[in-house]
Amino acid sequence: MNDFAVPETLVIEREMPHAPEKIWRALTDGPLIAEWLMANDFQPVVGHKFSFRATPVPNWNGIIECEVVTVEPPTQLAYTWGTLGMGSRVTWMLTPSASGTRVRMEQCGFKPEQKANYKGAQYGWNKFIGNLERVVGGLQ
Amino acid sequence: MRAAADNVFKALADPTRRAIYEHLARDGEQTVHALTDRARVSQPAVSKHLTVLKRAKLVRHRREGRETHYCAQPQSLAPLADWMNAYGAFWRDRFDQLESLLKRMEP
Repeated sequence: MNDFAVPETLVIEREMPHAPEKIWRALTDGPLIAEWLMANDFQPVVGHKFSFRATPVPNWNGIIECEVVTVEPPTQLAYTWGTLGMGSRVTWMLTPSASGTRVRMEQCGFKPEQKANYKGAQYGWNKFIGNLERVVGGLQ
Repeated sequence: MRAAADNVFKALADPTRRAIYEHLARDGEQTVHALTDRARVSQPAVSKHLTVLKRAKLVRHRREGRETHYCAQPQSLAPLADWMNAYGAFWRDRFDQLESLLKRMEP
């Protein structure tokens, strides 16, 4: 572990006592996704552009723009995750285990999106951090 | 605190500055000349980038004769770590909700 490394990948891994196919449904069915993550127009089709919509807060419209990158049922799902000029990628990996399924989520990249109208400048990182805290705290 | 975070994120949003910072963090103290040799941009450009990094307190400098030496201040990455922790909390909460949904779903 390098003490100096800028954290660029977030990994969360959990064992769940359910079959991969069932978890896959919760990860890829729009109405089910809405129950645990956010309102969305997701479809499990590579190249499909969709958005997640959280409750808007001041300085943040609550929209996360995404595009499906990988759909390999029932093991791997990936989509880009862009909000406030910040781009990253979310990857889900399902591995069968003795007790059910190991669910691994990686969010990596966290890079400013390379766009002419760079939205990061428009919003400001500090506001983004503040909003994120509110999102984390307020979307229970 | 918020202004400090703003400076850190702005400073690291630029790929050249990020490269300079990573180089200092990995290889320790360097002169502006040594950094310029590695950065493939002009010395005034490197100096300008270093000024931005200095404002964000990501680097500090000391003069020795005609050379200025720079080194990384990794503790200034704290706002970035806080931000990642916030995202971590967000996803852990979502994982909890996913698990409670799975319990309610048909097998």
